[in-house]
Amino acid sequence: MTSQATSKGHTLADLVQHDRVHTSLYTDPAIFETEMDKVFANTWVWVAHTSEIPEAGSYKTGYIGRQPVVTVRDRKQQVHVLLNRCRHRAATVCEGHKGKTNSFVCPYHGWSYSLDGALRGVPSPESYGDLLDKADYPLVKLRVEEYAGMIFATFKDDIEPLVDFLGPAKKWMDLFMKQGGGFPVKVGGEHRFRFPGNWKIQLENTTDAYHFPLVHKSFLSSVDKQTEEMLDFVEGPGFVEDLGNGHSVMVMIPDLVDLEANLDAPIPERFAALAEELRADYPEDQVRRIVRAVGGSGFNLNIFPNIACSMAFFRVLRPVSVTETEIHHAVITMDGGPEAGNRARLRMHEHFQGPMGFGTPDDSEAWERVQKGSNAGTDQWILLNRGLAKEQETADGRRSDVSAETGMRAAYRQWKKLMTA
Amino acid sequence: MNIELLNQASAFISQEADMLDHGEYPEWLALWEEKGLYIVPINPDETDFANTLNYACDDAKMRNLRVARLGSGESISTSPAPRTIRSVSRFRILADDGKTVTVRCAQNLREFRKEIQKHYTANLTYTLVRDGDSFRIQQKVVRLLNSSDALQCIGYIP
Ligand code: FES
Ligand SMILES: [Fe+2]
Repeated sequence: MTSQATSKGHTLADLVQHDRVHTSLYTDPAIFETEMDKVFANTWVWVAHTSEIPEAGSYKTGYIGRQPVVTVRDRKQQVHVLLNRCRHRAATVCEGHKGKTNSFVCPYHGWSYSLDGALRGVPSPESYGDLLDKADYPLVKLRVEEYAGMIFATFKDDIEPLVDFLGPAKKWMDLFMKQGGGFPVKVGGEHRFRFPGNWKIQLENTTDAYHFPLVHKSFLSSVDKQTEEMLDFVEGPGFVEDLGNGHSVMVMIPDLVDLEANLDAPIPERFAALAEELRADYPEDQVRRIVRAVGGSGFNLNIFPNIACSMAFFRVLRPVSVTETEIHHAVITMDGGPEAGNRARLRMHEHFQGPMGFGTPDDSEAWERVQKGSNAGTDQWILLNRGLAKEQETADGRRSDVSAETGMRAAYRQWKKLMTA
Repeated sequence: MNIELLNQASAFISQEADMLDHGEYPEWLALWEEKGLYIVPINPDETDFANTLNYACDDAKMRNLRVARLGSGESISTSPAPRTIRSVSRFRILADDGKTVTVRCAQNLREFRKEIQKHYTANLTYTLVRDGDSFRIQQKVVRLLNSSDALQCIGYIP
């Protein structure tokens, strides 16, 4: 594969250099096809948060690359990720985004499967004589592992354990889940939208602090002074760290890395009313813990290739075509926590995220323009050398300033490894 | 059927639609009750807007901020601003207790911005408070036909 010539006479390996990537990574349909196989079918891919399938029979449909899958909890609480494809003649066996079911019944000829994918029933079996052994035709099952409530699946049976793949990203996931404020983290709904651009443009953006003051100027104008100052982080003390295997973390607000620390600090003005409301039901230490959690974490964790733990939500990306990507922004709430706190989180999410938010549409516009501009020139490169000058080795990987392109370099290094394997 | 009330309500809603299409935002903001809510839900059947995630759930403060953002020139997704033309029709009075009137209608909205025209269809449900011979908006719920799908960004007030 490494020797295979691609766009403009470059090999796949040449297309990713330590400080730049070739524009064809955004535009070449053949590269996209290869990614579906070499990246999405060859690594751990996030499919669901455990709270999205809370009970026996709860399911969530989705995609790994372009392949439709169902994530389902069976009666023994075991989670399965199944290809959403009947073993008879391929119809999907489950429709709808989320729901609850006792079994999967194919609508075409009625083959029925249990929650773990086993083929249970075939209508009018006589015609098969002894040609059909039901044990040979379960729904195809993927390998599934879970960490910190995050469920991942893979087509690659001999891949390393999920915990090894996540590596140093694990401790950041643990920190991120503290925004349950002492309650379990729960996905409380999501905004889903599409933009006309390549999936890696969004992947890059999760650890791109550089764009924030410019693209999100209108959002910054809509928040209180204290929040605006908190979000003025581009020249601040934060950092981006390459965590290996394509993962990276961008710490924008170091004070908000650990939501269980500094609980004695003054409650920010914007949360004063919420704190007062919570005091009716909770002791002061718990009020402080909840309020601090409601504000979200001060970092974005990018887990290659399709999920990010981003301040106060999960960002999921789904490649649709070389020039189209679907994004889900799932809001995080406190399961069993105070309604007032959860309402505050929902309103904050609506304020920035989604197709009518004050932030997302401007990101989307910027990404769309990247895709459009990528059609210019015949042999042009995307520069990724910001922050390279001061990048330092760390115990977990490499680190540079908060607006460094270190996270993008990390992702493309993993991309290259998988694409040329 | 109370034709006079139907006429009053539809005239009010048509006027509101015209204001939004023509960017008359100060006038639009003045149509609202102080405690009014402008809501664009995700689930088309949702009724508990406060405790669920919506596309928008704007109180007076957020409505003012949304209007300010659209006109600020600070947002690349709204400059140039999308042009919209919406028609409202199929008006029906769902409830009338003498003080407040609940009205449902259909909205067909076309948006054009930078080479692309989009089409959004919605059910609108208004809770209107009588105010002399007109109304003030207590609640407006915009249930987009495809609200449960992955949408494209919406850089105006539907
Ligand atoms: S395709 Fe599923 S039963 Fe025939
Ligand atoms: Fe952004």
